[in-house]
Amino acid sequence: MLEAILTLSGLAILASFGLGLAAKFFAVKVDPRVEKIEEILPGANCGGCGAAGCSDFAKGVVEGKYAANACPVGGPSCAAKIAEILGEEVRASEPRVAIVLCAGDEDQCGNRFDYNGIYDCNAADLIQGGFKACTYGCLGLGSCARACPFDAIVITDKRLAVIDRDKCVGCGKCVPVCPRKLITLVPVSRKTHILCSSHDPGAEVRKKCKVGCIACKKCEKTVNGEGISINNFLAVMDYSKDLDGFALETVCPTHTIQRVDQPALQESEKTA
Amino acid sequence: MIKRAHGFPGGVHPDYHKELTAGLALEVPPLFERYVVPVAQHIGSPAKVIVDKGAQVFKGTVLAEPSGFVSVPMHSPTSGTVKSVKNLPHPWGPSMLAVEITADGEDTPDPELPRLNHETASIDELRDFIRQAGIVGMGGAAFPTHVKLSPPKEKPIDVLILNGAECEPYLTADHRLMVESPEKVIAGAGILAKILKVKRICIGVEDNKPDALSALEKAAAGQADMDVYSLHVTYPQGAEKQLIYAILGREVPAGGLPMDVGVVVQNVGTASAVWDAVANGIPLIERITTITGRGIGRPGNLVLRIGTLVEDVVRWRGGISDDTIKVVNGGPMMGMAMSGLDVPVLKGSSGLLFLERDEVEQYHHYPCIRCGRCVDICPMKLMPCIISYYTENEMFDEVESLNVTDCIECGSCAYVCPSSRILVHHMKMGKAEVIVRRRKKAVS
Repeated sequence: MLEAILTLSGLAILASFGLGLAAKFFAVKVDPRVEKIEEILPGANCGGCGAAGCSDFAKGVVEGKYAANACPVGGPSCAAKIAEILGEEVRASEPRVAIVLCAGDEDQCGNRFDYNGIYDCNAADLIQGGFKACTYGCLGLGSCARACPFDAIVITDKRLAVIDRDKCVGCGKCVPVCPRKLITLVPVSRKTHILCSSHDPGAEVRKKCKVGCIACKKCEKTVNGEGISINNFLAVMDYSKDLDGFALETVCPTHTIQRVDQPALQESEKTA
Repeated sequence: MIKRAHGFPGGVHPDYHKELTAGLALEVPPLFERYVVPVAQHIGSPAKVIVDKGAQVFKGTVLAEPSGFVSVPMHSPTSGTVKSVKNLPHPWGPSMLAVEITADGEDTPDPELPRLNHETASIDELRDFIRQAGIVGMGGAAFPTHVKLSPPKEKPIDVLILNGAECEPYLTADHRLMVESPEKVIAGAGILAKILKVKRICIGVEDNKPDALSALEKAAAGQADMDVYSLHVTYPQGAEKQLIYAILGREVPAGGLPMDVGVVVQNVGTASAVWDAVANGIPLIERITTITGRGIGRPGNLVLRIGTLVEDVVRWRGGISDDTIKVVNGGPMMGMAMSGLDVPVLKGSSGLLFLERDEVEQYHHYPCIRCGRCVDICPMKLMPCIISYYTENEMFDEVESLNVTDCIECGSCAYVCPSSRILVHHMKMGKAEVIVRRRKKAVS
């Protein structure tokens, strides 16, 4: 009995001694700031900052690879805390939010043919350039919604992707997924948007979609050419200028320009 | 003597339905009022338009010039004026740049069409002439012929195979060509063999076309080194790699081309077009297209000008039935459904298929039950079922490691799948994604 106790405790002492030595000699030096920053980060691991995850971002931010305000999910408060830890000055960054630049749901823009293939926008886009009449419009098969880590994109029952501005953190995961490049990130304070991405000439757009931009230039004239430019049959907004005061949504004859404000979605429009 | 070819592993036996048009002689339609010639009708870079709106053109006038090596010119199908140069509906997608021509009804040939003495011309002159005639593979893929005729020096070619298999159900365009003008096919093959400097020519025809086999045999009689092979009736016997395996027993390596095993394969229609070009100076402005299916009033094998609008052809052939719900450009296995009839006939349009409601099934797809039938029949020896679920789950590294880019999209896997899975679409998507990734990797 005694022998067994002695042997085992002897082994235990030896092993703990070894472990203690190993911890001392093989220790990996970790910047204490990395751990602190990691605690502050939201831990969503969305990859919106460009890093592989939150710990990768924490490491990168200490090494100077990312800016302190690069985490889109944490927002300004998170950025301020990180900057404090790093001893930097806080740079203000306006949080951004995604927007789908298309308003052509099934009621507004018809289909060219029946599609019976894979339920994915990228797959549908391979077949004859997509089933939708408009070759620039939202296909509504939800590839962006599936890519969103925050469940912030809903596909309405009329097959249009709409961003839930309450949930969207502006991580930008949905942007590269869309085969038609309809999603962009805009400053959260901007409420007026041109919801069309079609470069078809006005007459073509009229045939295909009720809410498409026909490049009539009314909006461009209203803002005196500053902030909106007509580029290849499409009005494009410069988000660095605040145009919310112009009431452009009342100017646009096709209702392409809309005020997108929360709550953007009626509860009845949401589908599970 | 007709030789018997071996088969190839895999393949399926769909209903062929060739009886609808196999016995119908070629017919030439009257001139229509309007023709639309798109600049993209072939694999490679689209041609560059060189005519302006309002220009006077003749039959055979060059409308668009090649824009690179893998590109061919487009010619005017008839004489008339250029009505517009703009984006117009295209069978491959919503719309593409095209030259619209209003015919003047005279059909005057261009007086300045280049001519060539094919007996004295050098190999380079012949090859260049074929390119200037706008000739592409007439089997359906429309790959520029001159590219196939320019194999690199390190890959010697010893056999030319003429593809007359026509394994797609419903289509009989090549069949009628071989029966009615076998001498053109043989003469064209002679020109192709001269350019490639090959001695041996093999012509493969599926044995459900005995009249074509005997016509070709008669036309080829007395020519040493020219063999006519009768092939088993198996889909896809007309695919390049399967044809090479069946006739020569050579296997093209994964990711390789027929020239890797010393072979060039050309369609019989291409051979005939080559002969028309070099001997008669006629550029590629017409092709044989099978108009078939229960939906069309009068099916037939038509010699159509390239650029003829499908709606004009339909009107001439007695219209379509009310029950017609699907129009396919090409055959039922590999053809693409079209979204409208306002599209033109292209250089690669081997058939137009009008299907009625009860012939078109709207499948409901179920999960894979791992029966392995698609693996058994895949003529490229791939595993469509596995690739399909990797694609579904967006695991594209695995998709690439399973050689998805070797898929020829023949549709045999989807044809046998008991769960009606959309396998070809999955393969297409996997291929597209893998190619995009490779390009990205090459850039970075």
